[in-house]
Amino acid sequence: MVARRLGLGVLTLFVISLLIFGAVELLPGDLAQEILGQSATEETVAAFRRELGLDLPAYQRYLAWLGGVVQGDFGTSLANGRPIADLIGVRLGNTLFLALYAAVIAVPLALMLGILAALYRNSLFDRAINVVTLTSISFPEFFVAYILIVYLSQTGFFPSIARIDPDAGLGEKLYRTFLPALTLTLVVTAHMMRMTRAAIINLLASPYIEMARLKGLSPARVILKHALPNALAPIINVVALNLAYLITGVVVVEVVFVYPGLGQLMVDSVSKRDITVVQAAALIFACAYVLLNLLADVLSTLSNPRLVHKR
Amino acid sequence: MTTAEQTPLLEIRGLRIEGRSEGRWSEIVKGIDLTLHRGEVLGLIGESGAGKSTVGLAAMGFTRDGCRISGGSIRFDGTDLRSAPIRERRRLRGNRIAYVAQSAAASFNPAHRLIDQYCEAPVQHGVMGRAAAMADAVDLYRRMRLPDPEDIGFRYPHQVSGGQLQRAMTAMAMSSRPDLIIFDEPTTALDVTTQIEVLAAIRDIVEQFDTAAIYITHDLAVVAQMADRIKVLLQGEEVEEADTETMLASPRQAYTKSLWAVRSHARPERPPAGPEETPVVSVRGVTAGYGEIPVLHDVSFDIHARRTVAVVGESGSGKSTTARVITGLLPPSAGEVLFNGTALPPSYRSRDKDQLRQAQMIYQMADTALNPKHRIREIIGRPVAFYLGLSGKRLTERVRELLSLIELEPDEFIDRLPSELSGGQKQRIGIARALAAEPQFIICDEVTSALDQLVAEGILTLLDRLQGELDLAYMFITHDLATVRAIADEVVVMKEGKVVEQGGKTEMFRPPHDPYTELLLSSVPEMDAHWLDRLLAERGEVPAGE
Repeated sequence: MVARRLGLGVLTLFVISLLIFGAVELLPGDLAQEILGQSATEETVAAFRRELGLDLPAYQRYLAWLGGVVQGDFGTSLANGRPIADLIGVRLGNTLFLALYAAVIAVPLALMLGILAALYRNSLFDRAINVVTLTSISFPEFFVAYILIVYLSQTGFFPSIARIDPDAGLGEKLYRTFLPALTLTLVVTAHMMRMTRAAIINLLASPYIEMARLKGLSPARVILKHALPNALAPIINVVALNLAYLITGVVVVEVVFVYPGLGQLMVDSVSKRDITVVQAAALIFACAYVLLNLLADVLSTLSNPRLVHKR
Repeated sequence: MTTAEQTPLLEIRGLRIEGRSEGRWSEIVKGIDLTLHRGEVLGLIGESGAGKSTVGLAAMGFTRDGCRISGGSIRFDGTDLRSAPIRERRRLRGNRIAYVAQSAAASFNPAHRLIDQYCEAPVQHGVMGRAAAMADAVDLYRRMRLPDPEDIGFRYPHQVSGGQLQRAMTAMAMSSRPDLIIFDEPTTALDVTTQIEVLAAIRDIVEQFDTAAIYITHDLAVVAQMADRIKVLLQGEEVEEADTETMLASPRQAYTKSLWAVRSHARPERPPAGPEETPVVSVRGVTAGYGEIPVLHDVSFDIHARRTVAVVGESGSGKSTTARVITGLLPPSAGEVLFNGTALPPSYRSRDKDQLRQAQMIYQMADTALNPKHRIREIIGRPVAFYLGLSGKRLTERVRELLSLIELEPDEFIDRLPSELSGGQKQRIGIARALAAEPQFIICDEVTSALDQLVAEGILTLLDRLQGELDLAYMFITHDLATVRAIADEVVVMKEGKVVEQGGKTEMFRPPHDPYTELLLSSVPEMDAHWLDRLLAERGEVPAGE
């Protein structure tokens, strides 16, 4: 079961690698021309293309690239000749740090709010939470970011520029990246909270919940012990989707806070026609999606006793 | 046993409960009085919508969402459950008053093991510690005659059979040693053979602990075995109440008499078809299954025009699978299905429109078998348009004809949605939809088991009339032998995917029987308060099956 999902994950990644490579091929413009400038003669451009391997047919370049990637070698940047692994390593670390930071705040917060909203459904509290989270998700990210900057940075609480020094201590890092993390939290909480609330409320009409009530259990125990375990599968899946978003969808937030993450690197590389870096970054994002969804599937399977304990 | 000076355990006076539907409150329980003494079992009986469950739950001070208690009083052992604060009521529930639900499979939480669910109430209410509760669980599982009592608690609900779950739920209700248990149709979802074991176990344990009980059911014969007194409800009002013997021997009210009378209906068997007549449907040596596991083994029987063949057996015996093979939903791995002497393609995909038209189905749950977003006009009109190619005025005309045929007023019903129909009316629409294709053969899959006896009676009479008028052949899948008596010409008894006995109805109901048929027949509860005692004595009190 898990092995089959794993195999499908690998297959998905393979198809994605094809798509990424194909899409990058379709980008207009020529890298050699771009780097050498308009004044370069045709011979120099041709020679440079040969040097970069751009003259080979597409499938050969694809196989060479894939072969390298499988061994952990992403090649070198076409723009500046540095190994991509070095280039991406630091940026990926930064992106994961920020994603983890936001997730540590957002996931428990969303689950808690969702459970409370289900417990006090249709109350003023429930409506207030819904309004606040929906509002924060309805604004564009950069808008939320600027609002936070206006209220929390210009008043001097937190820095608006999240440029971090790799040698800085954890406390310093957390302080400097607080605003981007908070922005992301505001963006992803609503989904998870609303799914938690809906998944739990959906179960409240089931006979086993009525049974739990007729056992004289407290409302909190009915929700936590009887509804929540059966609502885990949809919650896990929406959490995984949001975590993947935290890794791959944060370009705008990175730009606003000048945070040196992977998303910004990818955007820069696209404008520089640095296709090897773009490919590598895209593949890493795809991996994050596939892995998180795989994890979600495995966890939701494990949360269902019917699938774990056979008859 | 009822002494005047003893204070009753439960005393309900003038109970009124309102239910909310489409924004309006309407009264669903209209002033019920109920008195129950310690150790006494009261049977609460009536059709669906009579308010039995609502009254049962109100005895715990509980109402379902969309219901509210609007009048009267509920006193349990000195506490007024209407005015008591919610914490007080919660302290009683699962502790001094417990509940056993109709479907144990749905009422056990699928995420927790049985024993954890057993321990929950006593531990939460501080009746005993977890270790003591677990030891107690094993003891009660043993008293409920569950197999493997030491280990069964460590299984999840889906790993235990329906009859065992129902017993585990009764054990769970006993976990805090309550003074009162509400049994809400605890055996309705079970096969007759399993029902007996559960009934016997419930009765034993209620006697052992001298627990008072309210036993809610629509089955008179069942309540006769369980209750000291019986109260009959109709549309939220009491019809009459008397002790069991009196009630069975001489019901006073006309309504109660009509409930009693349904049981005696039976249509005589029609003369058998001649040997030269080709059967409409002939199942020949069919073996079929899902995946690797075979469910049917070499099943053969014939169904002739104007005749009804009842296929009976417990759940899991292969009745519905046989229907799936005939309709082509499940191609058999061996054997074939002949229609008027010609072999049908195994899969419905390769059958032509006419072959599909000739065999139709009516389903058990009319609720889920009708598209809730379609009006009756569309539900019945679709097969008419699809199979017969009618459209426009002629289509509407045909739909109206079909509605008249099933005894529903066309003007009134043609533009209704399924949600605007009663259970019996929905089932009639299911019948009209099957007739719309103008078939020769209809499979009726437990079509009356979700209906009340009087409504079911109406459906059976209708099917019987239609058969005569339209020369239909019926295959009637059922686990209810009373239905078989009422409608069948021939009976096919199935067990574990095999046909164990088949023949004409008269012959089947006359001994000697195949041992399994005998078990099925003897397990049908009879209208006699001592039936269960006699049967258990005959069987030497050894729980059958499982």
